[in-house]
Parts: sequence; structure tokens; C-alpha cells
Amino acid sequence: MATTSTTVPSAGPLAGSRSFFDRLRDGDEIARLITLLFAASVVLITLLIVYELWQGSVLPRHKFGFAFFRTSVWDPNFEQFGALPFIFGTLVTSAVALFIAVPLGIGAAIFLAELAPARLSDALEFFIDLLAAVPSVIYGLLGIFIVVPVMRDVIQPALKNSLGFIPLFKGPAFGIGFLTAGVVLAIMVIPYIISVSREILLSVPRDQREAALALGSTRWESTWKVVVPFARTGIMGSIFLALARALGETMAVTMVIGNTPAIAASLFSPGDSIASVIANQFTEATGELYTQSLIELGLVLFLLTFILNGLARLLIVVTSQRGGAARA
Amino acid sequence: MKRIAAILLMTFGLAAFFVARAVLSINGAGASFPEPIYSKWFDEYHKKDPNVQINYQAIGSGGGIKQVTEGTVDFGASDGPMNDDQLKAFQDKHGFPVLHFPTVLGAAVPTYNIPGVTGELNFTPEALAGIFLAKITKWNDPAITAANQGVTLPANDIVVVHRSDGSGTTYIWTDYLSKVSDEWKTKIGKNTSVNWPTGELGGNKNEGVAGLVKQTPNSIGYVELIYAIQNKMPYGKVKNSSGQFIKADLASVTAAAAGAAKSMPDDFRVSITDAPGKTAYPISSFTWLLIPSKFSDASKRDAIKGFVKWMLADGQNHTEALAYSKLPKEVVAKELTALDKVQ
Repeated sequence: MATTSTTVPSAGPLAGSRSFFDRLRDGDEIARLITLLFAASVVLITLLIVYELWQGSVLPRHKFGFAFFRTSVWDPNFEQFGALPFIFGTLVTSAVALFIAVPLGIGAAIFLAELAPARLSDALEFFIDLLAAVPSVIYGLLGIFIVVPVMRDVIQPALKNSLGFIPLFKGPAFGIGFLTAGVVLAIMVIPYIISVSREILLSVPRDQREAALALGSTRWESTWKVVVPFARTGIMGSIFLALARALGETMAVTMVIGNTPAIAASLFSPGDSIASVIANQFTEATGELYTQSLIELGLVLFLLTFILNGLARLLIVVTSQRGGAARA
Repeated sequence: MKRIAAILLMTFGLAAFFVARAVLSINGAGASFPEPIYSKWFDEYHKKDPNVQINYQAIGSGGGIKQVTEGTVDFGASDGPMNDDQLKAFQDKHGFPVLHFPTVLGAAVPTYNIPGVTGELNFTPEALAGIFLAKITKWNDPAITAANQGVTLPANDIVVVHRSDGSGTTYIWTDYLSKVSDEWKTKIGKNTSVNWPTGELGGNKNEGVAGLVKQTPNSIGYVELIYAIQNKMPYGKVKNSSGQFIKADLASVTAAAAGAAKSMPDDFRVSITDAPGKTAYPISSFTWLLIPSKFSDASKRDAIKGFVKWMLADGQNHTEALAYSKLPKEVVAKELTALDKVQ
């Protein structure tokens, strides 16, 4: 740490003293410009996406205004379009997915990073990376052929019998719907949480653990009270990566969610999500207002991701400040 | 230097050779339902006339209408006829109309999964509309049992499954229900996707609907006839306008088109659901090619006209092997006359 902080400022004035053309000839300036271009292109692409979505959804924005977010009728025949059921479905399925995936994923990551023998950990990591790379349509098929029947015949009846008094677990159990979509999403995002969290936990400096052990804590105490809090920011990053994936997932969700724009208290109920309805209806959509309403849904999904990412950043800033204060 | 010149010369020579031999390439896009037969036809036609290569992208009927209106493809294809606004949009943009040419016929059939029921069920139009409007909610409702004497239907709730993706099959299905039920017509209407009554399940494509019906006890859904035939799925009979319960097959779908042929308008934009005729299956439909009536490129025009002529004659012999119903003779004759309008 100390060595790098002394070399960087000394390189600054040195580079500044040479002329632009010198730097250009040395290649430094070329490298800087090229990498700057790459970095700028990310911002540019984001802006272009927003611009395109904004331009492409002029008609529904003018016709429905904010009612687009509040109404729940989606009727191509009578040209009434409301995004609420799709926003609801996207948020509910992602929430269910994180509710299941976060404890499982972080638990597995702690085991792999802290408790498992290194060889086992590396071997399992290979399989986890493999899982993360499986195309989502495969998870959708897994959902239809395995998760849906299990949900319908085993899990949903069991939930109904034990927790049926809660509105969340009422109503007919088709096997498809919010809960199943959430479970399939959880299966899809767990590898992300495990893989990233494990790397973060492994990168916690050895002194932290040794200090905790030297103070007389057990191995679990050192893991849970020192290592995990130290890695907290990174672990949250892995959760937000998982959330981003869950929000935008299309194929796997559309195969098991039921594709009915509905807002229901029961997790057993069929519903629909933003990504899923766009994929389903865009190709056959006729009429400007219909097509543009689907594009506006894309804009809504973009905004949703943007807001949730912003909140996530805020959460990281707030918690890391509090953590810093506690450490100091 | 000489060597470079020689290489350049050779490259140009080769390029010129290939350009001279290049075939006339025609691009079309649209409906995915007739894609198997279209691929077969374009392939066969290329064998017959090696100078013409027709490329087809199955991007969906809505896309087909959009692309042909934009002029990015030479012809479009759609499972539902273009509406008056769309025709006007084409006319306004190009200054001449676009023409519809029926190619083959398709149908949608009700498929169901009721534990303990193995036989073919009979459906009246009232029963189908009631079920899909979520008005009839139990399998032992009198509206269903009256047409199925001798079958014991359970007192279970009906689970309705529909297509979640926009599709021509949904268009045919809802077009039929709009004709037989006023309530359907005013509340829901016909389109490639509609606002289904709540609580019904949506499956993606024929496979999705078929899979949901297979997996969900007491469910009913609709799929394309071709899909049902190829996958040997059980499906029910539907009562037609003459009061007969008809099982959909290639012949009964052609019969529906023949029944409608007498009242066929000159632009072929006709719905043949609930068609007259004793043997007509009522949930049938044409699928259309959308061909501009003027081509600036005469060779393209001749190639497309040549193809349509061939499709209406020899081409029709390929349809039944792929489980599409043939066009009736009356319609073929009428289309040949209409082809003269393409200039």
C-alpha cells in the first residue's frame, strides 16, 4: 500500500512535464485516449438506450401519463395499457428469489471460503461457475419439468396445510405462479451469490482472522463476527448482482410464471413480469400504441433497475460508514 | 507489382463470375404458423427455377405487416388479414394497395386433461365461450354435460390455459368466440393477444399450452391443429353452424373454406370461423401472403407471380404431408384472377 502511494504522485508531475506529442509518441497518451473511449462508450450506450426507449414510447406516455404506472388493465383490443401487474410481478418474483437465495448462497460461500478444505472448495467452485453459465432456457425447462410438479404436488399443499391462514399461501395450487418463478430465479442466482461472496471472503486479510483467534475467539466466532462483517460490502455487491439478474430474467420466468397480468396476495397465483410480457407480445404486437406501450414497459424496467441499484449503492455507503465507525 | 496486378485482376474476374451467376433473391417475412410449408415451398420452387431464391423470416404476423409496409421486404405474410387502418397506411406510404393471397388453412382445437375422462368431448359454442369467459367454472356444468351424454364429468373447477405469446392461433380462437358470443365480442374481442379473464394460465407457444394442459388436472386449452396432429394429442369436437359436432382434420378445415368461398370478397380478407357447411370445422382460418400490387423491379414481380402460380397448382400437393389443409378449388381460381392485379 505504502509503495504504490509514493510512486503514483511522482509519476504525475513527470508525465505533465513532457509535451503532448512526447506522450503521444511514447504511447501513454494513445493508451489513455483509447481506454477513455472504451469507458465513455459504456455511458454512451446507457444514454442511447434511455433515449431510444424514451423516443419509442411517445404515444403511451402522452396518452396515459402516470396512469401507466397505476392502472392494471392490459388490453390490446381496447388499447388500454397499464404496467402495474407487471411491475408487481417483477418485484415479487425477485423478492422471493432473494429471500431464498441470500441465506443459502451466503451460507454456502462461508462454508466454501472458511470451513471447507481448500481442495473441496476449489472443486465445488468449478461446478458453481458451471451453473452460473447455464443458459436460462435450460433453467426454464428444469422449472417446467421438475419444479412445477414438485411445487404443485408437494410444496404448495404442504404450505397450504401449515401456513394456509396467511394470505400468501391461499388459493388453488397450479404449480405455476409467483412462488415457482421465484424458486426458479433463486436456483439461477444462487451461483452468482456463492461465487462472488466466496471470492470476497477469501480476500479478507489473514491478520483479521489471526487477530480474532489470538483474542480467544472460536473459529466460528472469528468467521461470523470478524470475517463476514469485513466482507459485508462485497457480499452485498453479490446480492445486488443477483437482484439485477432476477429483475431482468425473461425465458425462465415466462415458462413458469403463468403469464397472466394479475395482482394477487397469494404467491400461488399466476402472474406476469415486465421482461416476460415484452418477450411474449412484442413480435405479434400490431398498432403503434400497443408496440410503444411495450417499449415503455422496457423503460419502466430500466428505471426499476436504476432505482434499485441506486438504493443498493446508498445502502452500501450507509452500512460501510456505520461499520467504519464501529471499527474505529 | 505485376504479381499484385495479376491477383487483383483474378479477384475481379472471380467476383464478376459470381455476380453474373447470382440468383434473384426475394425476401419475405411474417407469420410463423405457415413457416414449415413456406420453407418447403421456397425450397421446391428453387429446385424448379434455380434463378429464384426466396428467403423467409418467421418474425410473426405483426412483424410481417410492419415490414411490408415499411418496404424492407418484398412481401409479407400474416395469419390475420390486415385491418382497414393498416391497408390505408400502406396505400398512403406507397401510393398503391397491398393484396392478400390465401396460401393454406389452419385451425385451432380445444385440448383438455380431465382425470378419468378418456373419450372425445363435444363442445358447443356456448360451452367454449362460457369456459373461456370464466362463466362456466365446473366440468359438470349442464352446458358441457348436455352435449356429452354418457360421459361422467367431475365436479372439479376448470383451469383455463391460453397462449401467452401473441399468435395467429389466438387470433383464430378469439375471432371464433367473438362470432358465437356477443359477450365475448364486447368484453374481450379478437386479436393476437387479448385481455383474458383473470385467473387463467398462459403458456408460451403451442408447446407451453400443451405442457400446461398435460400437467394440470382439469384444464382446457387450445393449440394449432397441426401441433395436435403431430404430437398425437387428444382434442374435442366442436359444434358447427349446421349443428353438427365436427372433429378438426384436414378435410373438415378445407370444407370450412369451401363453405366460405361463395361469399369470398375480392380482396380475400375473410374470416372463415363459424363457416356454413355441414362438414365444416368452425375454428378454421386462412393464412395470407401480403404482396404489393406494384413492383418497380420487373424481374422480382415476375418471380413472385411465378411462385404464387406454382404454389396454387403444384405447391398445394405438398401441404397435406405437413398437415396443412389445401385451399378449395374455388379459392384457387379466384386467386389466379386476382394475381393479374400485381403489376
